[in-house]
Amino acid sequence: MLLSMQDISKAFSGVPALRSASLEIAAGEVMALVGQNGAGKSTLIKILTGAYQRDTGLIRFEGEDVVFATPGASQARGIATIYQEINLAPQRSVAENIYLAREPRTGLGLLDRRAMREGAASVLKTFNLDIDVDLPVGHFSAATRQMIAIARAVTQKARLVIMDEPTSSLDEREVAILFETIRTLKRNGVSVLFIGHRLDELYEICDCVTIMRDGQTVAHSAMADMPKMELVRHMLGKELAAFQAIARDSDDGEMKPVRLSVESAGSGVRVRDVSMSVREGEISGLAGLLGSGRTETARIIFGVDRMEKGAIRIDGKERRYSEPADAIADGIGLVSEDRKIDGIIPDMSIRENMTLALLPKLKKAGIVDRARQQEIVTRYIKALGVKCASPDQPIKELSGGNQQKVLLARWLCTDPRILIIDEPTRGIDIGAKAEILKLLRSLADEGLSVLMISSELEELLAAADRVTVLSDGRSVAVLNRNELSETALLSAMAHQVN
Amino acid sequence: MLKTLSRPFMAKSSGDFARLGVLLALAGLILFGALRYDNFISPFNILSFLRYNSMFALIALGMAFVIITGGIDLSVGGVAAMASVVAAYLSPYGWFPGLAGGMVAGLIAGAINGLIITRMRIQPFIATLAMMLAAYGTALLLANNQSVSVSYDTGFTMIGQDDFLGFPIPAWIAALAYVLGWVFLERHPAGRHVLAIGDGEATANLMGLKVEKTLFAVYALSGLLAGLAGVILASQFGAGQPTEGVGWELFAIASVVVGGTLLTGGSGSVGATLAGALLLAMVFNVLNFENGLGWISLSAYWQSVIRGSFLLVVVVLQARLMKKTEA
Repeated sequence: MLLSMQDISKAFSGVPALRSASLEIAAGEVMALVGQNGAGKSTLIKILTGAYQRDTGLIRFEGEDVVFATPGASQARGIATIYQEINLAPQRSVAENIYLAREPRTGLGLLDRRAMREGAASVLKTFNLDIDVDLPVGHFSAATRQMIAIARAVTQKARLVIMDEPTSSLDEREVAILFETIRTLKRNGVSVLFIGHRLDELYEICDCVTIMRDGQTVAHSAMADMPKMELVRHMLGKELAAFQAIARDSDDGEMKPVRLSVESAGSGVRVRDVSMSVREGEISGLAGLLGSGRTETARIIFGVDRMEKGAIRIDGKERRYSEPADAIADGIGLVSEDRKIDGIIPDMSIRENMTLALLPKLKKAGIVDRARQQEIVTRYIKALGVKCASPDQPIKELSGGNQQKVLLARWLCTDPRILIIDEPTRGIDIGAKAEILKLLRSLADEGLSVLMISSELEELLAAADRVTVLSDGRSVAVLNRNELSETALLSAMAHQVN
Repeated sequence: MLKTLSRPFMAKSSGDFARLGVLLALAGLILFGALRYDNFISPFNILSFLRYNSMFALIALGMAFVIITGGIDLSVGGVAAMASVVAAYLSPYGWFPGLAGGMVAGLIAGAINGLIITRMRIQPFIATLAMMLAAYGTALLLANNQSVSVSYDTGFTMIGQDDFLGFPIPAWIAALAYVLGWVFLERHPAGRHVLAIGDGEATANLMGLKVEKTLFAVYALSGLLAGLAGVILASQFGAGQPTEGVGWELFAIASVVVGGTLLTGGSGSVGATLAGALLLAMVFNVLNFENGLGWISLSAYWQSVIRGSFLLVVVVLQARLMKKTEA
């Protein structure tokens, strides 16, 4: 075994990121490491490379116990990492980037620039890359920069190359070149740890797979022994949630007119061909694995990203928003995935957070109409059941579930017709989850159209009237209420027809 | 001079344009001065120009390394003033104790900058601003608020006032520092690491470079060179000067930036920094001659205004150029 990591645990200020995780890679093996956002993949990698220090556990590399204090130490030992945002110095030349920190020197201790140039050119040639090694790295495309990073790893005599989502910014032709490079590495006995989430790619290039969830290693097997469905099931896991069936039983939702429809929308490589719709008074789910284009689709609808092809219709009329303000004016709200980053303003009060989007309408003679603000805030705190001491409490003191309710209220008080909500229950405890979903349901009953993006199967099963499944930027299935089941969802996500 | 400088300008990088501009401006200004003023090309003017401006060239060299890492050192003027006082006090014990004492004083100040910036993770701007005040305070305390005469018996004044092979000793010192600086930045692995760190600290760290040590060394070097400039100051003017050095940091930053080094770090050239320093110094030399002609009368205060405006114009131009190359 080239690498063996056992019982690795790590907590950040008391919050566990890894709980007794393990990873084993044999020499010359291409290992896939998969898991959802927050499963602990990158923490595990950073511990391996010495960017983080583990709390407990054992790491053996080439048969010896190792502890890497810095990324430099793990590199010296033969572990190279190609990060997602390729870490090269953009203004330095290709040759310098390949040799940085291990430059060949002349007898005087100065740079041996000829050796650098020739060495760089010859190693790049083994990957069929013929470029001017004196040019700055910033001149080249993402794919070429990745090759340069791999060439750097090879000259370091790396025994293990870690690739963090290496295909995320590559087109199909470039992916083929990358895979050829990986096969070359493999032939030379170099192991590759491939972190990715496009299943087809994993099955094409990897020998084995390790699956992580919630900071733990939940499965490990040869790729051939792991059917796609099984892999997805391991990744998403099962939460013994006590969700009641929140969705309505009858199919009368289907009779209602379509309020929002997306037709063959495309933008960049993340969204290739997405079609979906939301009816009046319906919760329409958008499902898919990480990187399948769910959030990006929402961004297109909301006018954050430009739609390159396709059409969006609201109540049958074609719409194209160049910025979110246009979408908001048309009655669309978006509650984003990460509350901390682009949702709440932690130090501001519940009142202020809730009425942020509404402020322009609350103005009376240029200043905020406090009485109306107070009335609205009181109404929503009551309606949504926000548990707080007073409306003037800073929002950061609330629990995740209550913060989410305040954000919901922020959009609801603008009186939207369509509400897009991305991962509505992320980071919220189980009891509050059901409450949020029930809230969405009652809003839908009052006529609101809800587009719910979720990576939790139970959530979709419990709350959605209909689910559109995305895979690799394409809508691959639409499951109606009567067709919805865990198996159906899983097989659609794994993109296995039948 | 132009010939020896031309090599680093051949480098394939975005700064090419700016560097060519500096050389053209420098050549134009020399031509202008030579045609307009009688004694501009006289040996006296050339030698005193080199003698006086070597101090600034040394400080600009240290500043170039700091700016290449993406940092800034505002303390150089204060550190030079402090070093000049230390050197003056030690000059009775010989020229070497005076020289070494001033340089060590500068090195210590630079090392403290480096420690505060790397260990305590304080912004260079803040850390070195504090050091500037501390250094001036120390200089004034040591000197009891007045200038400190140097000893004329131990040869200490040679450093700033004598010639060697027909050129002022300070010019030789600066020339040697620039040659070493050029070799270090262009040909030594550690010099390339300075550039790579300026290109992105996190990336450099992940590539296995010793980021903290390198940053520490860069600030220590800047302090050391400021100390050396302080020694030359004391030696040249015969006294440690606790109130000198005001605005030197601006001169140094302007020289580096005029030479095409990006304030954002990651690129820069030693040769172009020298050209930048010479260009700025030449502007003041020409202004002095113009004053002498009697057509205009510019006070030292006006020179500060011109210096500041010049820096502003260059930085704005640089920002525009960068935007264009990105687009």
